[in-house]
Amino acid sequence: MASTPDPMTTRLEGEAPEITVSLDILKRGAYVSPIIVAVCAVFAGLDGVWSALYAVALVLLNFFFAAGLVALTARISLGLMMGAVLFGYLARLGLIFLAVILVRDASWISLPALGFTIIVTHLGLLVWEMRYVAASLAFPALKPRKP
Amino acid sequence: MEALAALAALTGDEAKAASAAGSAGFAYGLAAIGPGIGIGYLVGKSVEAMARQPEAAGMVRTTMFLGIAFTEALALIGFVVFILIGL
Repeated sequence: MASTPDPMTTRLEGEAPEITVSLDILKRGAYVSPIIVAVCAVFAGLDGVWSALYAVALVLLNFFFAAGLVALTARISLGLMMGAVLFGYLARLGLIFLAVILVRDASWISLPALGFTIIVTHLGLLVWEMRYVAASLAFPALKPRKP
Repeated sequence: MEALAALAALTGDEAKAASAAGSAGFAYGLAAIGPGIGIGYLVGKSVEAMARQPEAAGMVRTTMFLGIAFTEALALIGFVVFILIGL
């Protein structure tokens, strides 16, 4: 029976697919942010615009930070990657919490618009990206169009 | 003890606001536990798959990253409920 390599010493070299995925998400985020900002502007006025922009920036930075952490630690060890993902999850939640706490009393913030944008942008961009990833994994020869 | 005394001295509206903030914080903590377990399980299985079959690592990493982000959305929903009710 073949033995499984030790995850603590196994490392992954080469290109990092997470970075590619997060750059795709960044591009798609740039495309949809005007729509989200416009929707928030209708419901919450100028405060909604600033809040939506702040939330979109938070979500995109969160994706990029997560991808960077995975890509960086996978080059060192898979065990380290696992630890970094778990503690990175806590750290990123903490950073988002801090980012919102810092601006909660600002005159330009609209908390409903901020919350709405965080959820809709995060889930919407993920579903959009998942469609592309699923298509490229299922039919690699077709090379689905990038954003 | 001082904190308890301060809580006891709160008036009706203040007590209501304080309990709402406390409950929202508690709910946010609960909402973060599930995704934490989910991400741990997901990454553990992905690491196992990558160590066993390194040639499939690219595909596993891509789907793992999307899975992490989807699981994290649950915690973000809990966070948004927290900021809307508790802050």
